[in-house]
Amino acid sequence: MSQRGFLRWLWRQLTSMKTALILLFLLAIASIPGSILPQRGTNPILVEQWLTDNPTLGPVLDSIGAFDVFGSPWYSAVYILLFISLIGCVLPRLGVHWKAMRSQPPPAPKNLSRMGGTAFEYAGDTQTTIEDARKILEKDRWRTVVGQDPSGVHWVAAEKGYLRETGNLIFHFSLILILVGVAVGGLFGWRGNVIVREGEGFSNTLTQYDAWGGGRLSSADNLPEFSFTLESFDVEFERENSQEGAPRLFEANMVVDRPGVEGSTRHLVEVNEPLVIDSAKVFLVGHGYAPHLIVRDSQGTVVLDDAVVFLPQDGNFTSTGVVKIPDTDPQLGFRGLFLPTSAVDEIRGPHSVFPAPDDVSVFFGAWEGDLGLDNGIPQSIYTLNVDDMTQLGLESLRVGQTWQLPQGAGSIELAGYERWASFQMASDPGKELALVAAILAILGLTLSLFIQRRRVWVKVSQVLEQGSAGTVRVEVAGIAKASGHNATEQVDHIVESLKGKTN
Amino acid sequence: MDFMDSVQLADASNNFVYASMVTLFLATILFSVSFAAGRRRPVHASTTASKVLVESSGSVLLELPEKEASLDPGRRSANIGMSLTWLSFGLLLVGVVLRGVWAGRVPWGNMYEFSISSAVGILAVYLIWSTQRDLRWLGLFVTIPTLLTLGLAVTVLYTEAAQLVPALKSYWLVIHVFAAIIGGGAFTVGAATAGLSLISDKGWFKQLPSREKLEGLTHKVIAFSFPIWTFAVVAGAIWAENAWGRYWGWDPKETWAFITWVVFAAYLHARSTAGWKHQKASVIAIVGWLSFLINYFGVNIFVNSLHSYSGM
Ligand code: HEM
Repeated sequence: MSQRGFLRWLWRQLTSMKTALILLFLLAIASIPGSILPQRGTNPILVEQWLTDNPTLGPVLDSIGAFDVFGSPWYSAVYILLFISLIGCVLPRLGVHWKAMRSQPPPAPKNLSRMGGTAFEYAGDTQTTIEDARKILEKDRWRTVVGQDPSGVHWVAAEKGYLRETGNLIFHFSLILILVGVAVGGLFGWRGNVIVREGEGFSNTLTQYDAWGGGRLSSADNLPEFSFTLESFDVEFERENSQEGAPRLFEANMVVDRPGVEGSTRHLVEVNEPLVIDSAKVFLVGHGYAPHLIVRDSQGTVVLDDAVVFLPQDGNFTSTGVVKIPDTDPQLGFRGLFLPTSAVDEIRGPHSVFPAPDDVSVFFGAWEGDLGLDNGIPQSIYTLNVDDMTQLGLESLRVGQTWQLPQGAGSIELAGYERWASFQMASDPGKELALVAAILAILGLTLSLFIQRRRVWVKVSQVLEQGSAGTVRVEVAGIAKASGHNATEQVDHIVESLKGKTN
Repeated sequence: MDFMDSVQLADASNNFVYASMVTLFLATILFSVSFAAGRRRPVHASTTASKVLVESSGSVLLELPEKEASLDPGRRSANIGMSLTWLSFGLLLVGVVLRGVWAGRVPWGNMYEFSISSAVGILAVYLIWSTQRDLRWLGLFVTIPTLLTLGLAVTVLYTEAAQLVPALKSYWLVIHVFAAIIGGGAFTVGAATAGLSLISDKGWFKQLPSREKLEGLTHKVIAFSFPIWTFAVVAGAIWAENAWGRYWGWDPKETWAFITWVVFAAYLHARSTAGWKHQKASVIAIVGWLSFLINYFGVNIFVNSLHSYSGM
């Protein structure tokens, strides 16, 4: 095979229905691991956990992108091939369909009875019968053409259902458009997360985010300008029946300032009610508790007086957090367990039994020594490295209580607690395009699946037997292009209408 | 709730669901009787020969007026089975509506409610379709999966009614779940006809419509549900954008909805691909339905997903 011949062969293979089918299958199968293994994009913490739990299998899977399936080269390869195939398949059909839309229905085949048609005779002449048939068809919006066989038989050929192919092409092109929308969002979109305590504020600049990520072409320099204060955060939980503890209400009361808007505005942000500011949206995505702690050093000087964000670990908001005091000598560190409704049992130890703050206590472990902050490795504010520290003890505090640390190392007081809410700010400039494309896809699909392409023919010939002057023989037949369908109903309708005319 | 005590409402809802199960069970028995009686009925005659008595070779013996044909015991029990299925559908619908009234919201807040609503969806698709063509022969294969769904619902999945978690409070929930229930109901009916088409030449199944006919019916019902499923996925994406700030995040539930969609797209392609139109296409339809089930049961119960609000 010559090189060009080979390429042509390859292209034909790639754009064949069978290849499309196989690629669709591959796409389905390739998606499965993404639903079974934790994914970095949605759950980076679970991925790390998985890697720690499976030290041999984990790294192997990681190296082939199993924890980032939908961004992996092999997943991309499948859908890129599918879309190349799609374009290669649909573009030529566009031209063919364009011609078909403007061409006339093909003339009647010689032998209509082979298509299971109906034949009957009635009084009339050829010309008017043909005209009648044509009018009936055109009233039902068939495209028609009339003609005459060499043998003198007159016919009407009609076709209907061009929108089926139109719909099919719209559908396939919309799929491409959706992909473009997704790509635009991926390249230009951004997303950031921040935790805000009650009473605290946030202004939309990169440094204020706890986490921020943007597409390759997005820019953190021109984020929409706004700032807000979380005035209060209201939560309610189910207190009765089997779903006790299930969340019933989250409401963030916010005061928002933005340039060009005089004064501040108040907003209530709820789970399905984001705040829309220019191209960005502010979503409420989580909440938790921040115990207000006061730490004093050995001299009794206050070295910390603040609400510290604790992260919920279960549905009842058993929450963990750490406190690091780098300014004392030796340095102090605390690990805390915040229990909104406290309970202790032998198996689970201290834990919370209800998410609302009905019986608050905090379990503390205290350490002194070197926090390890100076070795240049960045540390999470939610973990305490106790490698170079010695434990001072454990204590449980209720609101208002103070724990005097052993050996006069200082004290920690639980002064109260606040709530915090976490917000996600997101901007996706491709989403409108994706939405329009998705709507087009559904419209196209509906046309394509519900419209039938059909052809019917009516043949009229003079009956030449003796004594039959003024009698014509009419034959009607039709076909549907899609398998499993036929044109019986349409043929019957035409026959009925024609017979009705003569009566 | 001034017209009825809330406990009474809850009991009433449950009682309607139980009553519909009993009715559906009776319908299943009658359809089974009809199926057993039809085992010697000639090959693939049942849909066309309502007024015709035929011998086992398939040739017409005698045309009877409809009244006499209906005395055929198989036909008669199928007719009663059909009526009972309608009754069961009505009772179940009332049960689901009362559940919603009790909870003061759409009855789609947990897996119990999804399941009884899905059962309504399966029956609705089957019954409405049966008004357009004779589908009595299919009754047995629709009532069995529906009964299984309901059985699971009242035993394993039962949850007391409660309010919705805030993430579910959205009118997109109503639109999205409604479309998913109808689409899923139709996929289930399609899986039944696809499965039957694979065994239509075996033993008692010879009384059913021919393989080609079953394949055509499968195509029809999937062509109906595919756009609805597509719409359900899009509505879900709009809702997700509104709740979480992204319309697509490859959450396991979203991933399996996508897999289901892709497999059914493959089915529709297979129906237009030489060499794939028949048995292979039917197998794909069943695989599509299985992935729908995996999404429904597997992801809700076993996987840690944003959508894990099964109430269990
Ligand atoms: C992103 C991947 C694709 C998806 C999700 C998809 C989906 C679909 C669906 C749902 C249908 C049924 C609608 C109808 O019957 O008119 C269909 C039909 C069709 N597709 Fe695709 N398709 C894809 C790619 C392709 C590719 C790559 C080709 C060409 C090789 C192709 C060619 C066709 C053709 C010719 C039909 C018409 C079949 C008929 O009219 O019976 N599609 N497609």
